[in-house]
Amino acid sequence: MDNTQTVKVERNLVGLSPVDYKGKPSTLCPGCGHNTIANQIQAALFELGVVPEMVAKISGIGCSSKSPNYFLDRSFGFNGLHGRMPTLATGACFADRRVKIIGISGDGDSASIGMGHFKHVIRRNIPMVYIIENNGVYGLTKGQFSATSDLGLELRHQGRNFLPPLDLCLEALISGAKFVARAFAGDIKQMRELFKAAFVHDGIAVIDVISPCVTFNNQDTAMQSYTWGREHESPIQDITFIPKAKEIIVEDFEEGSYREVKLHDGSTLLLKKINRDYDPTSKTAALDLLTESYEKRYLTTGLFYIEKAEQSIFDIFELGKDPLNRLPTERIRPDKATLERINAALA
Amino acid sequence: MTYSETDELLDLPPKVNDFCMTVSTINGSGSATSNNVLYHALFHMGIPTSGKNIFPSNIKGLPTWFVIRVSEKGYLGRVPYDDIIVAMNPETFLDDLTYLPEGGVIFYADHIRKPEKPRADLIFYPMPIRQLVKQAEVPRNLRDYMENMTYVGIVGQVLGINMESILYALKRHFGNKASALETNLKMVNIGYEWAEKNIIKKDRYFVKQLPPMEDYILTDGNNAGALGSLFGGVEFCSWYPITPASSLAESMNEQNPKLRKDPVTGKNTCVILQVEDELAAAGCAIGAGWAGLRAMTATSGPGLSLMTENVGLAYFTETPVVIWDVQRVGPSTGLPTRTAQGDLTMVYFLGHGDINHILLLPGSVNECFEFGWKALDLAEHYQTPIFVLSDLDLGMNQWITPKFEYPDCPIDRGKILWEADLDRFEGKWGRYKDIDGDGIPYRTVMGNQNPAAAYFTRGTGHNEYGNYSEDPENWAKMIRRIKKKLMNMCEVLPEPIFRNKPGARIGIIGWGSTDPALIEAQDMLEEAGIPVDYLRIRALPTCKAVRDFISEHDHTYVLELNRDGQMCSILKLEVSASYAEKLSSLTDFGGLPMTAIWATEQVLAKEMKRNG
Repeated sequence: MDNTQTVKVERNLVGLSPVDYKGKPSTLCPGCGHNTIANQIQAALFELGVVPEMVAKISGIGCSSKSPNYFLDRSFGFNGLHGRMPTLATGACFADRRVKIIGISGDGDSASIGMGHFKHVIRRNIPMVYIIENNGVYGLTKGQFSATSDLGLELRHQGRNFLPPLDLCLEALISGAKFVARAFAGDIKQMRELFKAAFVHDGIAVIDVISPCVTFNNQDTAMQSYTWGREHESPIQDITFIPKAKEIIVEDFEEGSYREVKLHDGSTLLLKKINRDYDPTSKTAALDLLTESYEKRYLTTGLFYIEKAEQSIFDIFELGKDPLNRLPTERIRPDKATLERINAALA
Repeated sequence: MTYSETDELLDLPPKVNDFCMTVSTINGSGSATSNNVLYHALFHMGIPTSGKNIFPSNIKGLPTWFVIRVSEKGYLGRVPYDDIIVAMNPETFLDDLTYLPEGGVIFYADHIRKPEKPRADLIFYPMPIRQLVKQAEVPRNLRDYMENMTYVGIVGQVLGINMESILYALKRHFGNKASALETNLKMVNIGYEWAEKNIIKKDRYFVKQLPPMEDYILTDGNNAGALGSLFGGVEFCSWYPITPASSLAESMNEQNPKLRKDPVTGKNTCVILQVEDELAAAGCAIGAGWAGLRAMTATSGPGLSLMTENVGLAYFTETPVVIWDVQRVGPSTGLPTRTAQGDLTMVYFLGHGDINHILLLPGSVNECFEFGWKALDLAEHYQTPIFVLSDLDLGMNQWITPKFEYPDCPIDRGKILWEADLDRFEGKWGRYKDIDGDGIPYRTVMGNQNPAAAYFTRGTGHNEYGNYSEDPENWAKMIRRIKKKLMNMCEVLPEPIFRNKPGARIGIIGWGSTDPALIEAQDMLEEAGIPVDYLRIRALPTCKAVRDFISEHDHTYVLELNRDGQMCSILKLEVSASYAEKLSSLTDFGGLPMTAIWATEQVLAKEMKRNG
């Protein structure tokens, strides 16, 4: 009898298995929303068939920013400074434009110390997926309020939060982001579909993921807790990502009950209406929706806004397709005659 | 009718190609062009010349001075007096006169009220500037500029500046703009002809044509730094506006499209990005350096304060990056438009914890070019931040300087591993492993497709493989290796420049933009009977040659533009204790460039005291 048992390993388009997308074992708290996000990033990229070498992971400081260590071991990673992830990503993106950057940040990182960079990296439309692992609390420093903590939130040792929260999706919208979404760690299918769409988006894609902190901010009444999220989540669409090669089958849907959004790489997002028809290409609709959600206390999730950018940062700088970080001397150092001309002009 | 004040010539010998002239104007009145034309015309006549703009932190309205020193002997440092004043600003007129010695000359716009009882030992030349401009029927919006061009003609004629040289300077300034050239030239000619007919020369100052300075060019240090970086193959520069560093990045922006098109694709090969603040300027450059681009930023003291945390990250993650500090006067906002050498100790130890840095200290515009490309090579070779400390005087003022020399070695990308290189390591590659025993590990960068290429970079404690580690022994080993790597650089950094005098027993040490003042001071000290050897430090940490210099001299004075003698303090730390007492600090910190007179007087006074 043959003792070698063949285990059927699932392979994707590029011949890789889910194991090839794994990272180091997580050292975050069991049940932390960030672990779910790490898992869904792996799943999304596996399903998309992205080679891990074509991804770079960049993060700031905090529990969220540790998490890039827990997915995509075969991708380059840089865990930098608190709030400064967007700056590292901005510089790095020019080195080899084939590589897509996933920026991982938290609410402390993006809504407080790095708010300036958050808005400016959006302004520059750096091609990257910008994920905020938003738990409304500083975890790594043991439970202080963050700028996304709800007004009136009560935390041990902190008392009552007397300041209103910032909404990073609103901030992203008014900064000019052309892909803005919110996901919830308790809704993994939607999160994975959003990650896929964000990854193929040609420019910055901002996804605010409500990712509960099971240690410091998971009281049932807390806006970023699992319980509150499950009770108050109001997804605006049922999202299905359809890769470019696949046929779109929509016969299950009633006429007018879904929208199709063509993505940069030829794939399609199928957005099935849930409660009301929502136009994700209208910025004013997005601003209204988010304002209303906070007032009526819903955890609204889904793709709020998507728009195609006219030109990329690479177009603006008139850069070539060859990786800049591999150009040999003769392509990056002007010749001797050029220096002689400069000397002559300065004489 | 003549416009001279005194009928008798003062009994003073003529001074040829040796004087200092200050044009006193109002900021924003458009005098920069005329001053540069005067200055460039003198250079074109083969006369060693330096031009310094002493300007306020203001856009329009406050006094500003442009100081031109002419020195046949080639002394280009600042002097603390003026021989000639071109007075265009009524506000400062009386005060400006106090800087003139006996026989000093004042060209003044005649709408400015002259003092009622002027010093009898001065020569006044009133200039009917407004009248001449009016007669020339100049468009209203150009009048300020034309007033300035008029004095170029008048002063040029009286001093003997060739019209041909003025024309050359105008052409260089206006390039292809034919109508601007024509208008300005016309006004210069009007002034020149008026002076020919109306001024009887009574002063002692003349310029005389010398053989052309063929091996020299005329530019500022920021432009040189920009060009040096572009020739160094810089691929990314993020920056945030700050005086006096802005013009370095601006100059790169201007030259980049001309110099850095990819010969293969015609596309750009360098990204110059103005970002939201200096935190971002440093962060973006570090991100680019990490990803394998030759990366830099340029700033000044306040910007560096903001970059500090990022610098620590680059140091500890061993990420190459070049940071220019064009120094200005601090602390705080300080004097943003004045010069200083006050950032030395801050930069040397910039960051928290166990840290130290490599500093390049250019002392001339030419060295700004050279260190521009060298810094990029050093950063990538040693995988560490490299700082280039220039200052406002060097960076923003015009200097004559030897022609830029083409880099004498190919671009050095350091120990970078690509796909095929990694196979040699058979999977045992570790980002922070000291394989060669020189403290420099191998690195891979983003885009490398070998599945073994990636590693996780972190500012937290890490082991040889980049994995998180809090192990005390590992930490000490890492931090010691980085130190070893940097200390190995001491003898490969730009070596000091020696200027020795026969019989000298004492030494002087300087660094950076004080070089012209110290060269002149050395000659003045020799004339005063105290020959000194002069050493200019061009990099830190110190090398053996500097330590030897200190040990071989009876006593050494370290002269610099900061309050506490920062270079002197560093030298005392880095020479053996028995030699530390052979060092004395002499410092000047008012915000203006050093003068040879100050340096000479200081050394003389100290020497008299030392010798009882």
